[in-house]
This record gives sequence, C-alpha cells and structure tokens, in this order.
Amino acid sequence: MSRNDPIQHSSKQHNRAKFQPSGKIQFGVFFQGVNSGTIWKTPEAGSQTDFESFRRIAQTAERGLFAAFFLGEGLRLREHLGRPHALDVAGRPDAQTMLAALASVTRNIGLVATQNTTYNDPADLAHRLASLDLLSGGRAAWNVVTTDNAWTGANFRRGGYLDHADRYVHAEAFVQTAKRIWDSWEDDAVASTVQAESWAVPGHARRVLREGQHYTVDVTPRLPRSAQYRPVLFQAGDSPDGRDFAARQADVIFSAQPKFEAAVKFREDIVARTLAAGRGANEVQIMPASEFILGATDQEAREKKEWVRSLQIGPQQAIAYLEQFWGRELSSFDPDGPLPDIDPVVETTSETRGSGFHGAKARELADQWRAEAQENGWSIRQFVSSRTARIDSTFTGSYSSVADTLAEYARVGAVDGFNISPWIIPSGLDDIVNHLVPELQERGVYPTEYAGSTLRENLGLATPVRSPELVPATAGSAR
Amino acid sequence: MSSDPKAGFLALELDGDGAHPAAWRKARHAPDELLNGARIRETVLAAESAGFHAATFTDGPLPEGTQDVAGRLNALQRAAFAGPISGSIALVPEVDTVYTEPFHAATQLASLDYVAAGRGGWLVKASGDAREAAAVGRSVASEEALAHEAAASVEVGRRLWDSWEDGAVIRDIPTGRYLDVDKLHYADFETPADFPGEAYSVKGPSIIPRPLQGQLPVLAPASLVSADGPLRPAEVDAVLVSAPTPELLVDEAGSHRAAHGGSPAGAGIAVIAELDVVLDSRGQSAAARLAELDALSPWSSPRARFVGTAAQLAEFLAELLQAADGVRLHPAVLDVELEELAQLVLPELRRRGVLRPAVAGATFRGLLGLERPANRYTTARQTTLTEETA
Repeated sequence: MSRNDPIQHSSKQHNRAKFQPSGKIQFGVFFQGVNSGTIWKTPEAGSQTDFESFRRIAQTAERGLFAAFFLGEGLRLREHLGRPHALDVAGRPDAQTMLAALASVTRNIGLVATQNTTYNDPADLAHRLASLDLLSGGRAAWNVVTTDNAWTGANFRRGGYLDHADRYVHAEAFVQTAKRIWDSWEDDAVASTVQAESWAVPGHARRVLREGQHYTVDVTPRLPRSAQYRPVLFQAGDSPDGRDFAARQADVIFSAQPKFEAAVKFREDIVARTLAAGRGANEVQIMPASEFILGATDQEAREKKEWVRSLQIGPQQAIAYLEQFWGRELSSFDPDGPLPDIDPVVETTSETRGSGFHGAKARELADQWRAEAQENGWSIRQFVSSRTARIDSTFTGSYSSVADTLAEYARVGAVDGFNISPWIIPSGLDDIVNHLVPELQERGVYPTEYAGSTLRENLGLATPVRSPELVPATAGSAR
Repeated sequence: MSSDPKAGFLALELDGDGAHPAAWRKARHAPDELLNGARIRETVLAAESAGFHAATFTDGPLPEGTQDVAGRLNALQRAAFAGPISGSIALVPEVDTVYTEPFHAATQLASLDYVAAGRGGWLVKASGDAREAAAVGRSVASEEALAHEAAASVEVGRRLWDSWEDGAVIRDIPTGRYLDVDKLHYADFETPADFPGEAYSVKGPSIIPRPLQGQLPVLAPASLVSADGPLRPAEVDAVLVSAPTPELLVDEAGSHRAAHGGSPAGAGIAVIAELDVVLDSRGQSAAARLAELDALSPWSSPRARFVGTAAQLAEFLAELLQAADGVRLHPAVLDVELEELAQLVLPELRRRGVLRPAVAGATFRGLLGLERPANRYTTARQTTLTEETA
C-alpha cells in the first residue's frame, strides 16, 4: 500500500460536487484489428480474424480481471493514394457479432462495441446492444462514435448525409433515443412462472416515438432490461463538443490522454464539464488508450520497445506516412535519406481515408517538416519515428517500475483505468496479466476479484435512473 | 465433401419457446429465463446432440397486445453466441433485407461464419411489416418490392464476400505489405433501373476477409424466388417451401425440386420443406396437447402441420425427404417436441438411413452438398490474364 493513502472507495456519502479518487485502476483491452501499432512481421503474430485470436485475448484479459474487452468498428477499409492501404493489419469482424460469440466463452469481462451514430439506425442499434446485454448477462457496452464523411457513406444506403458540425447534435439525439428504448420496459416486467396470466405484465413496454432532423423512430421495443439495467456508455471524442457530450451522456470516456500531467488536466476538465451538466463529479470515468512494453528490467523493456518500433515503422510505413501528406507516390525516395525535396501535389492534403487526418495545409507542412528534419539531421524514418513518438501513449519499463507509475495515477485519481492496445495478437496481454497485474495487486491499486457479474458492477457504476420523461408508467406513447 | 444424395437433412427453428403462441405456458423454464445466453446454449446444444443439421433463428417484431411472448433477441447475435460452443450444427439466422443496411448485413454474416467455424448461413427475410418500417423511419415496402429488396441485398452480400480474394492477407515482409491490394475489389453495387425503392449504391470492399465458406449459403422463402427474377433461383442456395397440408407439402417440394434442376450436388438448389410439428408426449396425445394450446391462444400458421405420434412423423419425414433435400421443423413447444424428436424421431430416421451424418467440423456448404465456390473477382482476373497472354 502506498504511503498516506487517503482514498475513499465510495463517493456516495461524499459531496457529489467533489471528485473522490477511487484509489484503484482497471484495465480494458482494445483489439484494434486495423492500425499501424499491431506488429505482424514476426512469427508470433497471429491471425487478426480467426476466432481463436479473439478468444485467447478475451480469456487472458479475464484471467487478469480486466473490466472490458473493446472492439472497433469497420465501415470502410482505409485507403492510401486511392487504393486500400496495404502495409498495416486490416480486416476485422463486425464488433457486435464477435462480442456475442465471446459472450459464450467468457463470464465476467465487459464487452464493448464501438458503433457510430451516423450509419446505424437508433431502434436497430439499441435493439442489438440490448440483445448483447441480455446474452452476456449484463456485460455489454457501447462506445459511441460519430462519423460524417461521404467517403464512408459510400458503403451505405443513406450515404453521407450529415454535416461535420451537426455530428454531436445528431449523436446526442440518437443516444437519448437509445436510452428511451432501453428504459421502455417496466422493471421485472416478465413473469417468473408459467402459471402467470400473461408472459409480461400488461402495458409493460412504452412505445418510443421520436421525430428528429435526420431520422424518425416509432417502435415498441422488444427487450426487457438486463441485469445491469442497460448497456454502459463509453465515448471517445476529444473535441470540446465531444467532451460535453460525454459529460452529459456517458459513463466512461475512452480518452487519448494517458500521460500523467495531461491525464490530470483532462480529469479536471471532465469533472468541471460533468458538474456543469448537473451530474456528480465521479459519475464519468476515464480510461485512456495506452500501450505497454514491459520487461523484467527497465533496460530489457527499452530494448523491446526499439524492436517493437522498428516493426511498427518499417521503411515502407515511413514513406507511406509522408505520402499521406504529399498526396503523391514517394517510393523513389530512400527511407534512410532526407525528406523529399519535391512539393506536395495538392495545396490541402486529401483526407487520409479512415486514419483520422484531415486536410492539413500540405505545402506549408512540408516546408516545416523539412526544416525540422534538417535541423535534427533526421532521415525519413527517423523523422516519422519522432512524429509517432510525440503521440506516444506507451508505458515502458520493468513490471515494478510501471506498477509504481500506475499506482501514482490511482492515488491521485488521474484516471480510472487504461484501455490497452496490445502490440501483438494474440499473446500481447500475457506479460501484463502474468507480471504487471500481480505487482499492481500487491500495491492495492488493482482488483483482486471481479466485484460482480455485470460490467456496471465491475466498473463501480451506479444503476442508471430512468429517463425522467418515462417515469409515469402509461402504456402507449411517450413522446 | 459430398453426401449421399438420397439422404436428407433436418433443421430446427429455435425461436422463443416454440411455434405455438401459447408455447411459453408449457415450457420447462420460467418466462423470465427465456431471453438469455443460457437458453441459447441449452437449446442449440440439445438440437445438435439430437442430430439436427441446422438451427434457424427467426427475427423481427412479435404480435402486440397479446398475453404471449413479447420479447425476442436479435437472431444473428443468437447464432453468433452459439458459434463457439457448438461443433456440427449449422447456424442460420433470419436477416432482413429491406430495412437493414446491406453492408452491415453482409459483414455481420461474414463475421458469423468466422465465429461459427464455417457453419453460418443466411435465411433471407424481406419484411412487409409496417412496424419494421416505422422503427427506422421508412415507409413500408410494397409486396411487389420485397423480392427486389431481397435480390439487391443478396447481391451486395455476395459481392462483398468475394471482395477479398482468398489469400489477400499476404504478410510479405520483404515488401512490407500485409495485404495484396490486387486481391481487394470494390463491389460497386448499384440498384438496377427497375428497383422500386430509393436507388442506392454500395462501394466496398468488405471490412472483413472472405468468409471461411467463401460464400455463406443463402436460403430464401420460395415466395421471394422466381425464374424471371428479381431474385432468381441461381442467386440462392436453397428455397423454403410451404403448403397448407402435409400431403400437399410433398407435392410442392417435388415440383420445386423439378423446377430448380434437382439437388445442389447437381446443378440445382436445395429444397427445404417447412413443417409445424405437434407430437404425443409423456402420455398425452398430440391432438389433446394441441387443443389445450389452442384454447389458450389461437395458432395461425402458413405452414403444413403434422399432429401425431413420433413413429408417424418418422414415417412421414422419410417420405417427405424423398421429395425435398431437407425439412425445417417448427416445434409447437420447443422443450416438449425436441425431447420427442431427439429420443424417438431422429434415431428412427437414422436407422432407416434417410439422414445425412452430422459431421463435426463440416461446413454448412458441405452439408448442402456445395463446393467452396470460385471467387468472381479471381475468375475475372484470371480470365483477363489469359486474354492478355492469348
């Protein structure tokens, strides 16, 4: 136990306006499926699509008492210079289909599906999430994301109909509709004996009507509440609008701020926004994305990190990174030579399909980068490594030194946990579960058993309150 | 793998507590134990160990304003849940083609095939239910439009499943390429000019590599399938046929088989006969059981209904399986009928040699007598190469 540990474990008896660190951290695992961080150029790197890879990661995580297993959502394959991107792992199963399968081979771990609010319909998505919640005995969660580009829309009947500026307004209306659908059944609505007069109590479900700008919903929901009442909500947007949306609607933020100072500031910001939204300071939890590169000693971990990075950013990846911004093929340039002396072909870089960069001023950027590389004497590879290191979310070190670091996060309540992206599939959690978790348990900052069978229990989240407009139990319309 | 063409297969519909609306009152569990994973596990494993070759899962809204079951889990997720815990039974959810995004349907079904080790299938649904339209803010599709919607979704699915050629994941360390981009293809689907709904397009490629079976078997109600299109027999792998009585069902199945060119092992498609089943059980006659159920809730079904003993059913199924490739049974009360089917009916059919063996590790295509299909894009690319060299 760390010195002068002041932590209280329940916020209930405290002032709701004051943030109380739980003193604990939790882990989640994010099986990304499509990214440049998962290495594949080594024999231990397994399949990205075989069920056994998913089973192994999920069961290892459960052995390590992880709170949650995350999956991303694929809506369109990433592209590079107008063709599918070839260099990184790609190809992933539909999130909820895979999570429904994992529900049958796991017992406690939460199952989190990333699903966007633009290319799904509220009634259909809410129903599928409720199904996953019931199938898993109350372990489902929804990581709410927004997408708005027409490029993704090309795979969908609806197409790209949403303005970028409208995306959170739309997402919030969508989430509110989903909550109404989940709240629509009376508690304990279904009979507990076949002798009952009817299968469900009369008037058990309220019809949900909503006429929105972008969609209209009129549905009588067909599922009762789950053991955790309704799916847990995660939210991953980092813009001010995204943070406010999370403060109003989410249970957990899947943040991009794992570094200590940034994490503390992010917590302060979220607490302020949560209070402004009329919720308690502890009502929104934070789990940043992170990567762990561990070893028996700090030295061993550093060496491992170099090896991992060399596989993540090979010569072709370094060139491809620049090509995204130059908008042209640069394969004739030496990855170990200086940055290209030719200019980008466009004034504003086209959006890199599916990888999240949006239209930077290309020529300006190229000039800046060339100057920076020249000043530091960097080759293309070294420059690209330095760029990626800047957004480095990696904890590197021995099991015990990383455990010490994480214990400090727990002590001050900088985060509620970390959502770990393994850099190798399917063995990427083994050293974390075998070595780091016991160190954290020794320090009293990590669970030693699952608190319950539902995700809400395991995250320590309160049972939600029924949407106020639904409290009067009248069958029929609840507009 | 080819099966004895004279031997048939049996599918069991696992929705809810059975096909009869009052089934829940005769179920061997409490109503609030219906909508969970344990129930899926129990029923799928019971069907598998009884020797059923396939389990189907109905989807969609239930009748409202009744005293009967009002809840239903998403069918595709039920099938996915059963994937890792079963070993030989094909898992075939109903997936709508009218109000569901075709891209989602295709990638979810491909994913089902991965979690079910090549035992996934697609039971095509085209719903004319106004409630399903209202739930997603669309106007209801007309009766004539349904087959067009189904045909379009099936074509999107088939193109997306092929959009990754086999072996597209190359992991080529010297060139740093994880994927061979030449083996990825845009589906570039566009609804045909005569499409009655709002026109749409789907770009592709899929987000997941080609399903383990290459193409999942596509099953469709015969009412959606027609030789003049829009959904032609060649675009599906099996049709489900119904008739008002068991006798007429034998004729109906036979005429479909003749019309569709025989069994799938030849050039044809599989014919699956649809049959409701009520059996004698634990000393109570089927007729008495049915009367009791009907007194609780009326049962109207579009399918032929068999009411009788296990021995009579075995006799009838042996005859029906001469005319059809398979039969899908809709048990009046799942817990009750499945017990009789497992103990008396399937063993008798196996004894008579009219059932294909249920093989652990086999694919659903293998069960239907279908080879793993060539990929349309691989074929096109090879044809182009041949022409170029010629």
